[in-house]
Amino acid sequence: MNSSRHSRAVHGPHRRTARAQLSRLGDALFENVTRLFAVLVLGTLLAILVSLVVTSLPSLKAFGLGFLWSDDWDPVRDRFGALVPIYGTLVSSCIAMLIALPISFGIAIFLTEMSPTWLKRPLGTAIELLAAIPSIIYGMWGLFVFTPVFSKHVQPLLIEIFGPLPGIGRLFQGPPMGIGMLTAGIILAIMVIPFISSVMRDVFELVPAVLKESAYGLGATTWEVVWKVVLPYTRTGVVGGVMLGLGRALGETMAVTFVIGNAQRLSVSLLAPGNSIASSLANEFAEAVGDLYTSSLIELGLILFLITTVVLAIAKLMLLRLGRLEGTKS
Amino acid sequence: MRHATPAIRRIYNRRRRLNRINMAMSALGMGFGLFWLAWILFTLVRYGFEALTWKLLSQSTPPPGSDGGLLNAIVGSVMMAGTATLIGTPVGVLAGTYLAEYGRRGWIAPATRFINDILLSAPSIVLGLFIYTVYVARVGHFSGFAGALALSLIVIPVVVRTTDDMLKLVPDSLREAAIALGAPKWKMVTRVSYRAARTGIATGVLLAVARISGETAPLLFTALNNQFLSHDMNAPMANLPVVIFQFAMSPYDDWHKIAWGGAILITLSVLGINILARLLFRQRNS
Repeated sequence: MNSSRHSRAVHGPHRRTARAQLSRLGDALFENVTRLFAVLVLGTLLAILVSLVVTSLPSLKAFGLGFLWSDDWDPVRDRFGALVPIYGTLVSSCIAMLIALPISFGIAIFLTEMSPTWLKRPLGTAIELLAAIPSIIYGMWGLFVFTPVFSKHVQPLLIEIFGPLPGIGRLFQGPPMGIGMLTAGIILAIMVIPFISSVMRDVFELVPAVLKESAYGLGATTWEVVWKVVLPYTRTGVVGGVMLGLGRALGETMAVTFVIGNAQRLSVSLLAPGNSIASSLANEFAEAVGDLYTSSLIELGLILFLITTVVLAIAKLMLLRLGRLEGTKS
Repeated sequence: MRHATPAIRRIYNRRRRLNRINMAMSALGMGFGLFWLAWILFTLVRYGFEALTWKLLSQSTPPPGSDGGLLNAIVGSVMMAGTATLIGTPVGVLAGTYLAEYGRRGWIAPATRFINDILLSAPSIVLGLFIYTVYVARVGHFSGFAGALALSLIVIPVVVRTTDDMLKLVPDSLREAAIALGAPKWKMVTRVSYRAARTGIATGVLLAVARISGETAPLLFTALNNQFLSHDMNAPMANLPVVIFQFAMSPYDDWHKIAWGGAILITLSVLGINILARLLFRQRNS
């Protein structure tokens, strides 16, 4: 500090303009460097897309659009189709959402409307911890602990109750093996509950207290306030949260790989083993030999990436819309 | 309600019943969530602590049927997570700085924010696939460095998001004061904004480290695995999650035991880092 003051005194105004120039240069440099990294992040999505398309070209050329609905998966004869993994990914995620949606809604209601204040934080943290547990732990727990219990006590019941029913009974056929689509769906549900419920809780807390108080003042019950005031007000945010959870469920790899059974076979029964896109990749990619095999697996990855990107983009748009609504009203 | 007609009383009772049932269901939902958490943690404690021995930390992964530990996997995981953090943090902080400090006008910042939020939840296995196609396939071999790159793709969006959020919390009056004193903008950002948002950004980095510590999918075909202790980032590298995956899927009981040991190590470190991040954040806010 001292020396710079000294030098300024010596060099006078000339030195000061040099300094101003230097700081202007520094400003331009800093802004452009940060912008460069922002653009880098922006470009990542495109880079992923391009690289996946380019490397899956052999498979795209060989199978065309038919790849999407062919259930072939034969590395020996080099014939590949994505139907089984796509079906498995969609079905397991659907089961997960069917379970996770009402549960997360309940958790969000409990945390915002019912819980005493001193319990809110520890309970919220506990649910968030579910999201912090690595997915491989869910997989191991699922395979070694949950699956045996499930196949011994729950699946026989399901087969007995639903099996004989017409229509829905076809979903519950076959031996109770424990592993399969249903198990994968249940474990996925546990994994996405923290994501959905924390978004729901956050958007429920955006509802102006005046709205809720007026409903209570008219004599509404807690449930009526939630169903007729809170939910309509936060609809887009809730849908956004659900889509966020769906995006997570679709791309989840390790937990599903452990319990889905990894069978390249299409079966209607939810108790039968199946396969998902992510688990096919996890199981086969490192050992795949041959260009067509590798590029078919990469095309699977491309399909997964496209589906999740669209789902997550919808989620983000929904949440943005709620935010904007919030902005104009306050 | 004493003077209410029976019809009104019926409606009233129905509404009350519906409320009771639904509130009970929501409490049950909460219980449902806590039940799984308790069950998973209980399992980990039961099988994990039994496997947690000195040997687990001091020996490398064994061939089936003999004794061993996870030393090589622990070393590999720490090295890759460290490298990924070193790559991801500056990239994420600088990009986040642009969003918060320069992005009030123009389209780049909102677009980047949008894409970044998608990357934040993108399937991690696809990120591994991406690094495979652009790096591993070009170089021709799996390597620890490729694993670190794939993990850094997970670190970056987390750090971008928290840096952006934390810098936006810095009051503009601080910025204006710095500018009014004649500081150039870069100096204002580095000396004032960063200093005010320091702990928040550190929290974000910690959360990112917690997330990559347990990530398996992006490492499967980037770092692969290595049965021996290796410090060479340019060769296939052992790491905890992939070893756990392989050992748990194997038919050998002693390998299962080692996998449980690894599982508790990972969970303890992830939960530990998470708690640390929360404490740091709470301290800042109080």
